[in-house]
Amino acid sequence: MTSIAAKHPRDSKKSLKWNRAFLLKLELRSQPGLLCVIRGALAPLMEMLEFSGEHVREIIRAVDEAVANIMRHSYHGRLDQPIEVYCNRLHRESNGQTEQAIEILLFDCGPAVDTTKLAARPLDEVKPGGLGLHIIRGSMDTVEYKRAGRLNRLRLVKFVRPSKAGSAQEKLS
Amino acid sequence: MKISARRIDTSTILDVSGNIDMSNSPEIRKVLLRELREKGVSRVVLNLSAVDYIDSSGVASLVEGLKASRESGSRFVLFGLSDSAREVLKISRLLKLFEVFDDEAQAMGSKAPSV
Repeated sequence: MTSIAAKHPRDSKKSLKWNRAFLLKLELRSQPGLLCVIRGALAPLMEMLEFSGEHVREIIRAVDEAVANIMRHSYHGRLDQPIEVYCNRLHRESNGQTEQAIEILLFDCGPAVDTTKLAARPLDEVKPGGLGLHIIRGSMDTVEYKRAGRLNRLRLVKFVRPSKAGSAQEKLS
Repeated sequence: MKISARRIDTSTILDVSGNIDMSNSPEIRKVLLRELREKGVSRVVLNLSAVDYIDSSGVASLVEGLKASRESGSRFVLFGLSDSAREVLKISRLLKLFEVFDDEAQAMGSKAPSV
């Protein structure tokens, strides 16, 4: 079993630079049966970072769909290909207050993604399939794709803030 | 994921437990289409009360079930949706297309919506 870092040492330097302050790294093969493992690992981490229940579900949904897309479209169903998931806590100053976020980076060694095909399909037509990208974009604050050397990198960011349900409850109390 | 079927009159209730994702959504699609197309039941009721998570491939299977029910003139009814399942249908703008009930009694007591 070869890791992405071992397979592409030059590219992995960039990965090392990015993951320096990461909270968690997951390295897995492209097996759909492992999706539940990712969900199971991320849920307690997001709860620890004080995301609301609604936002934990959104983050897990986005990462799950992103990894499933890698398995389906980047690796075309091959089961032995490497995928790496890095999680990092982010901070930013905004109006004198510190905002916190989670940054999730996903790497795979598949061919470069044709970015012209990254448009989510219109939802007006009721048909199965093609919902993954729409779900990812609707769940995260930032979704960025980048070709990094011979790797595909997807960057997902979600800021910690009260959920709509949480805000409503706070107003009522 | 596990699926078991119960037959009540001309309806089939499918009890699903576990999570529905890319690894097992073809199975639920197969069961739904068998009930709706081959067995020709008048109503398929999907019990999702023991399902915490549904991904987009699971949603796609539900949409295929809905389409098959419309083609065969039968009903496809959901109940017991978790917050996560409800949210993924909502974000996909599909929630209003399905007949969704809180529990089995409501689902079984419901009548087909007038067209």
